[in-house]
Amino acid sequence: MKSSSKLRGIMTMFTRRTFLAGSAAIPFFSYTSLLDAYADTPKDMLVVAQQLDNMTSLDPHEGFEGVGTEMGSNIYQRLVRANRDKPTEIDGDLAESWKASEDGKSITFKIRKEAKFSSGNQVTAEDAAFSLQRAVIMNKTPAFIITQFGFDKDNVASAIKATDAGTLVITLAEPTSPSFLLYCLSANVGSIVEKKAVMAQEKDGDLGNNWLRNNSAGSGFFSLRAWKPSESVMLDVNPHSLYKSKMKRIIFRHIVDPSAQLLMLQKGDVDVARNLTTEQLRVLQNDANYNLVSQGVATLVVISLNQKNSNLAKPEVWQAVKWALDYDGIQKNIVPLTHKVHQSFLPGGYPGAVMDKPFKRDVAKAKELMQKAGLADGFDIAMDHYANQPYPDMAQAIQANLADIGIRVKLQAAENRAVLTKMRARQHEVALTAWGADYFDPHTNAEAFCINPDNSDDSKRRTFCWRSAYQSKEMNEAAETALREIDATKRIALYDKLQRDHMDNSPFTILLQSVYTAACRKNVDGVWIGILSNGTYEKVVKA
Amino acid sequence: MNKRLKALASLLANVALTLLGLAIITFLIGRVMPVDPVLAAVGDNAPHEVVERIRAEMGLDQPLIVQFFRYLGQVFHGDFGVSILTKNAVTTDIARFFPATIELATAALILSMLIGVPVGVWAAVRQGSWIDQTIRVICLAGHSIPVFVLALLALYVFYYLFGITPGPGRQSVIYQDMVPQITGFLTIDSLLEGDYDAFWDALRHMAQPVFVLAYFSMAYITRMTRAFMLDAMRGEYVITARAKGLALRTVIWRHAFPNVSVQLVTVLALTYSGLLSGSVVTETVYSWPGLGQYLTTSLKNADMNPVVGATLLIGAICVGLNLIADLLYRQLDPRVR
Repeated sequence: MKSSSKLRGIMTMFTRRTFLAGSAAIPFFSYTSLLDAYADTPKDMLVVAQQLDNMTSLDPHEGFEGVGTEMGSNIYQRLVRANRDKPTEIDGDLAESWKASEDGKSITFKIRKEAKFSSGNQVTAEDAAFSLQRAVIMNKTPAFIITQFGFDKDNVASAIKATDAGTLVITLAEPTSPSFLLYCLSANVGSIVEKKAVMAQEKDGDLGNNWLRNNSAGSGFFSLRAWKPSESVMLDVNPHSLYKSKMKRIIFRHIVDPSAQLLMLQKGDVDVARNLTTEQLRVLQNDANYNLVSQGVATLVVISLNQKNSNLAKPEVWQAVKWALDYDGIQKNIVPLTHKVHQSFLPGGYPGAVMDKPFKRDVAKAKELMQKAGLADGFDIAMDHYANQPYPDMAQAIQANLADIGIRVKLQAAENRAVLTKMRARQHEVALTAWGADYFDPHTNAEAFCINPDNSDDSKRRTFCWRSAYQSKEMNEAAETALREIDATKRIALYDKLQRDHMDNSPFTILLQSVYTAACRKNVDGVWIGILSNGTYEKVVKA
Repeated sequence: MNKRLKALASLLANVALTLLGLAIITFLIGRVMPVDPVLAAVGDNAPHEVVERIRAEMGLDQPLIVQFFRYLGQVFHGDFGVSILTKNAVTTDIARFFPATIELATAALILSMLIGVPVGVWAAVRQGSWIDQTIRVICLAGHSIPVFVLALLALYVFYYLFGITPGPGRQSVIYQDMVPQITGFLTIDSLLEGDYDAFWDALRHMAQPVFVLAYFSMAYITRMTRAFMLDAMRGEYVITARAKGLALRTVIWRHAFPNVSVQLVTVLALTYSGLLSGSVVTETVYSWPGLGQYLTTSLKNADMNPVVGATLLIGAICVGLNLIADLLYRQLDPRVR
């Protein structure tokens, strides 16, 4: 057989096949008219692309990670909230007014009469008391924000009490700064849930926990319609909310890949993209078709020096590290759009945060300090850091900076939780990690960075500075004093001093504060990102 | 009869041993990983007493051997434990995520088989010609271009530039929460509901990930088919058939291909089990809520119950598909009967 006929035979075989397959595919790929019809999302619906895979529970008294907390801010109200623009001021949310007793041992809240849950029922002081008691009794991860005031499952019924439908009284064992209590009550764990709705779903004494994980019973701007893990979250406007959002529905779509988020934003399939990195933000930065809404958040990038290492335990070495780093260079070259330089332990935007940046790269001074420490020849050390970007790039820059003063750093990258596990076991030497604050009061980070009453390996109180075996009597005392100061203004002044002392004299170098950016299409206005995952969408309008 | 029973018993013992081995290895990997599973449950900032309480609740304060036998006991009762992250029973989660993967994998296998097998045969018949070379280049590209590059490129071209396929996700925004979950297969559920628009939407969303997965598998299937076919074409029976003056088409499809098909079944079974274990990268780029994504998210968080559960499932599927391939052998190859 000649090859031409062989070819012909095979060609007929394949053309028929190809033709059939091809004609089947035509309607599939020409269905563009429908796509155009809904290329833009409806005017009263906001579609957000966001990574939702870390969300574990939407029960506000249980969940404690960022995305779930932000959902909570949209679904629930708390008694009070920090003022958006002036963080040192506290506004009423469900509470109309409040009054602290002279001795600092009790505080009385008057509940807003017009507030209603999404079910239409009025919010009462009984609901508020139930909610706070529920947080204490369930004792899940975020409960410590409330239990640190001395409440436990035995005393909470008498300590947090509704005296009538509109009055809630919180009684404290010790005199406490009212501002500290109020800021803690503004956290997600202070959310007020509807007692009747939650208790109707109680099973085996779980206080409705199992049900509330993926349902809602709040008085916030929105209510939860559906949550499909790793797929989407849908919020519907709460028809009884005091402030009616123009958005009837918000859909959060779990889009993992930032590049995919960017494409969907550009295409108009989503209105807001929440997880763009520097790479994608650069594309949108100077494009008039998009608004970038940015906010410094309560996450700091920190270098911790473990005090169990004799070289790292020298105060001159702490100082040398602080003077060796090129803060501006790292920020500008590696993370220009996702971080800003920050050097004190309270994130910018916090009440009392010190915004001064006294440290900058000064190799001569750092070398001098190394000499003073008796380490003119430097030393070898290992630094653990997260394996995901931008940490490896930052780690390399830090390695180069420290090499200039003789500190020879060996980099060890690992999965975030592996680095944290090692740090919590106090087995690191140097660690480059991120630290997120827990609630909106200076004490959250003052405790983390200054308080370590028991420096032994089996301590019961394992704060962030315990992990690096750092213990300073003075810092410890100063942080405790500031915590107990009842006068709000004096209290802020104490934190101011504490931060400056800590900056000068501690084995922690705070480099950067994270900046979150929501990239919005230009017709979307009113997106607000909170400092502490407390951003809300109720003011959003679409042109 | 006795012989058959014996064969069946040894087969079952084999399967059980494989799964047990798998359980031991996965469990050990999970426990020796340098990540504390309690961290995933409570977060980095939880106070120490909460950490220790949850550790005890999860049974992680017990010796490894106690933990293992306790886990094994649960598994024998059909209880794969609860995921730390989703707080659901692992079986519930898998019932939700696995259909999404099966949908993709099955469509991708069918597509890659329909294209890969004939193209492989064609390449073998035209060995050394420009057709063979072109197919080789296409297949090599399919094998060597990283899946995430291919997926992002496809997304950019077909979704962003030309707008002929929808973006990432399993369905469009307007269909979210509209199709009730019956079987978990969005295509089947929407048909059961009689919602043809939603069905069409789900199908369109499958187009890109299926294409990407199919391209990758097709490259493999084509190369293997070509190799098997070349081997077969050199067989004496083929030469005899040709010498008898039979048409080339008859020789290829009646004489050579049936012999090749036996080997192809193994290739297809392997491909399918690979596809079913979930393609992490494809599922990530297309935000496809499948098994691959579930497995990686769990693994990253040291959430070991889902990891062991999903691994056992994948193991069972591999074993099952191999069994099916064995059975098909008997059908296709008279010598084994």
